[in-house]
Amino acid sequence: MCETCGCGLSAGIPVTVSGHDHPEPGEHERHHHDHDHDEAHHHDHPHEHGAQERQTLELRHAILEKNDRLAERNRGFFHARGVLVLNVLSSPGSGKTTLIGATIRQLGPRLKTAVIVGDLATDNDARRLRESGAPVVQINTGTVCHLEADMVARALKQLDLTGLDLLIIENVGNLVCPASYDLGEDLRVVLLSVTDGEDKPLKYPPMFHTADVVLVSKLDLELACDFKRAEVAANVRHIAPRARLFEVSAKTGAGMEEWLGYLLQQREAAKHRDPLSS
Amino acid sequence: MHEFSIMQSALQQALREARQAGAARVHEIRLRIGVLSGVVPDALHFAFEVLTPGTPAEGALLTIEDVQARFWCASCRREFVSANLYAECPDCRHPSGELRAGREMELSSMEVDYV
Repeated sequence: MCETCGCGLSAGIPVTVSGHDHPEPGEHERHHHDHDHDEAHHHDHPHEHGAQERQTLELRHAILEKNDRLAERNRGFFHARGVLVLNVLSSPGSGKTTLIGATIRQLGPRLKTAVIVGDLATDNDARRLRESGAPVVQINTGTVCHLEADMVARALKQLDLTGLDLLIIENVGNLVCPASYDLGEDLRVVLLSVTDGEDKPLKYPPMFHTADVVLVSKLDLELACDFKRAEVAANVRHIAPRARLFEVSAKTGAGMEEWLGYLLQQREAAKHRDPLSS
Repeated sequence: MHEFSIMQSALQQALREARQAGAARVHEIRLRIGVLSGVVPDALHFAFEVLTPGTPAEGALLTIEDVQARFWCASCRREFVSANLYAECPDCRHPSGELRAGREMELSSMEVDYV
């Protein structure tokens, strides 16, 4: 919204406005409304500058605007193809790769699935995931601690998307930075293994706050870790009350049917969504 | 540590705006950072010190306004500020599904001169 007069223009997005009516145009003498908004919001900067003159430039730019825009482009692309897209996030070693592998194997022919996997280095995860039979693209981020929307867009070019139902993006193992970057996904799935501890949602609220699904993994280690399921459920409710909670073991298969049922249901919903909505 | 790349983007945007406005120097850059953005203000300050030398923002002040987490409570029909970042209304304990502020990462304004 234009912060000077509230006329509903998005900051930082090029919008040409001409001829819109203000009730008292006289009040807006210094605020030209025929300007092009791609140089967003320099409403107050003078065009004849005196010496030593300090001026405030009002900007109001979203710092990650470029990533957000590219993520929306990805989202539009996914919607047009009716693909359900998951962004899977957790700290390193919480079992993302094992869970994704088990999910693909157990879905079998019910959903045609592909994976994009991000790591700082190595293609170990991609090799593990290829054993599930799904096409996998590995992104090595180098020193970058998260995936960004343009990395996903580039990885998509290496995938055959014909007839694809489900795209799983395994983010870099990190419970902080990836929270800030929209990739164009439908659902954010945040894993919390029983070895991570029940209070992870309270320790990392920016990440858990964005979760659509919280998935407790490695349930087979529950007894060894003295893990308290009720406590984790209460902590998830505090930070992410809307998130769906699943408890699974990729190793024993416990809880997997419920998780797969949810994915199938979400995939059905994805087929019927409006490609133009976001 | 994604603060470095976030500061880099903010600084690039600020310097582009300064150039387009015909400014010679940047004296101050102001950001608004939400407590749920996942960004640590101290790390942004550190990145700013590393990134600005040799640019028109060398020696400039970086001011960061913290934006608190504000949720909407549908049952009390009011907003509440959440200091502990819990998404539940402190009065009725009803969980809120609507975050209204707190995830901002915004380059809000800057001070420049034209000498």
